[in-house]
Amino acid sequence: MSITIRDLSFTYSKDSVFAITALNHINLEIPDGQFIGLIGHTGSGKSTLIQHLNGLLRGTSGEILFHNKNIYDKDFNMKNLRSKVGLVFQYPEHQLFEADVFTDVCFGPKNLGLSAEQIKQRAKAALDLVGIDESYYQQSPFSLSGGQKRRVAIAGVLAMEPEVLVLDEPTAGLDPRGRDEILAEISRLHQKKHMTIILVSHSMEDIAKYVERIIVMNKGEKVYDDTPKEVFKNYQELEKMGLAAPQMSYIVRALREKGFPIDSNVTTVSEAKTEIIKVLGNGGKP
Amino acid sequence: MIRDITIGQYYPVNSIIHRLDPRVKLVGTLVFIISLFVSVRILPYLIATIFLVAVLRISKIPLKYIVKGLKSIIFLLMISVLFNLFLTEGEVIVRFFFLKITKEGLRLASFMAIRLIYLIVGSSLMTFTTTPNELTDGLEKGLSPLKAIKVPIHEISMMMSIALRFIPILIEETDKIMKAQMARGADFESGNFLKKAKSLIPLLVPLFISAFRRATDLAMAMEARCYHGGAGRTKMKPLVYKKNDMIAYGILFFYFLTMFLTKLI
Repeated sequence: MSITIRDLSFTYSKDSVFAITALNHINLEIPDGQFIGLIGHTGSGKSTLIQHLNGLLRGTSGEILFHNKNIYDKDFNMKNLRSKVGLVFQYPEHQLFEADVFTDVCFGPKNLGLSAEQIKQRAKAALDLVGIDESYYQQSPFSLSGGQKRRVAIAGVLAMEPEVLVLDEPTAGLDPRGRDEILAEISRLHQKKHMTIILVSHSMEDIAKYVERIIVMNKGEKVYDDTPKEVFKNYQELEKMGLAAPQMSYIVRALREKGFPIDSNVTTVSEAKTEIIKVLGNGGKP
Repeated sequence: MIRDITIGQYYPVNSIIHRLDPRVKLVGTLVFIISLFVSVRILPYLIATIFLVAVLRISKIPLKYIVKGLKSIIFLLMISVLFNLFLTEGEVIVRFFFLKITKEGLRLASFMAIRLIYLIVGSSLMTFTTTPNELTDGLEKGLSPLKAIKVPIHEISMMMSIALRFIPILIEETDKIMKAQMARGADFESGNFLKKAKSLIPLLVPLFISAFRRATDLAMAMEARCYHGGAGRTKMKPLVYKKNDMIAYGILFFYFLTMFLTKLI
């Protein structure tokens, strides 16, 4: 078990009129190598939760175990945890600061105290992973396009070679192509490097397409924690929380209502395609 | 951590002080500050304390919250206290090596400390009870006579309200960038002064860039809504004095008068 969360609660600005309970007794187990989607309406506590995973926020009560060691123990090495649990914030391109792309990606590994050779090696490997080639290395990060900036920023976290990668809406504000590229790269990381990935997203389509497990947050509480198919069965409850199921599940459901005998448990476009062809293969007759 | 900076923030509770006209609060703060400089004697400071505590109680702002705001001036406070303590000439009480504490120094240092604390508490009481918008409205209206001598009052108050509005935004942004860099292993706490200063670069560069980005965005948004300066601009809620405001002015006048009278005694 890579990360275990036990009874974690968190309150912002405790003991003042601004006090907001962002997390309410969360219990969670995150095994190695899983691809997890974290969804929830704005203010549901997703971003707060992921900032606990690498110790940036400290829970007001409860505990978090990383490889069975309590991260709130006095002798726990926080710096080590931050290198093992890579956190990519929303709009990560806003954290770029160096004069050129390559130096910026070196910032993370440099903070780990590695040798100059290892730093370069890791930065290069990370930039390769996100598909930024050497012609960009000496450019200013501020002269890149939005999608490229974001990939450089993600490489900045990957260069620390984390075991767990947490991404807070990595596709927000990108065009469809940039979005697909980033998601495909993340999915590749999961398949090739068997990295544990936690993807925070508002797009049900993205979630349905890539992840194997969905955690739904609402008002600081964990509401659902299951496979996408099981979670999206509760589409009416999801809608009440300001969320929705993927478009495909609505289309398939509408088809069924009109008498088309298709399996209603469909969430992605490719699944829908297979199912529709299956039905049409029977002569296309209900 | 950085969220806990309380100085200059609005504290939303409903009290008589909160509902006063911002002009009254501006004048009140000014009067209170001037009154602290009237003399360094016990009696006027006693009156000022009573006045401050009374306003504090009426404003319903928890004392804990105000004390939290004072934490940020501890350094400044220490400097002025130490200088006054050791560098005032007079009757020597204690002496070690070349340093000496005099009776006059002790007196001056304690008054200085109280004066500084009262200054901060007094002016933060204004910002705690007045929204930035009210504050600039009050300034604009209060200073409008200066328009006659071509002082760009509207522009100044607009700049002020934007600056005030940006404080929480930039604090939040700092917090976010700090966390993002900490997630990349940045360390803002340990090391000597030079190392600490250097560790701020990954924070300051993105912060400046984002401040400029926000500034251009805001300018664009203002232009898109046909903002063209103060000429001919009307207000949805123009400031009008009410009964309570007049009473408050009366109390302020009375307070100021007593403070001056103590000087004559």
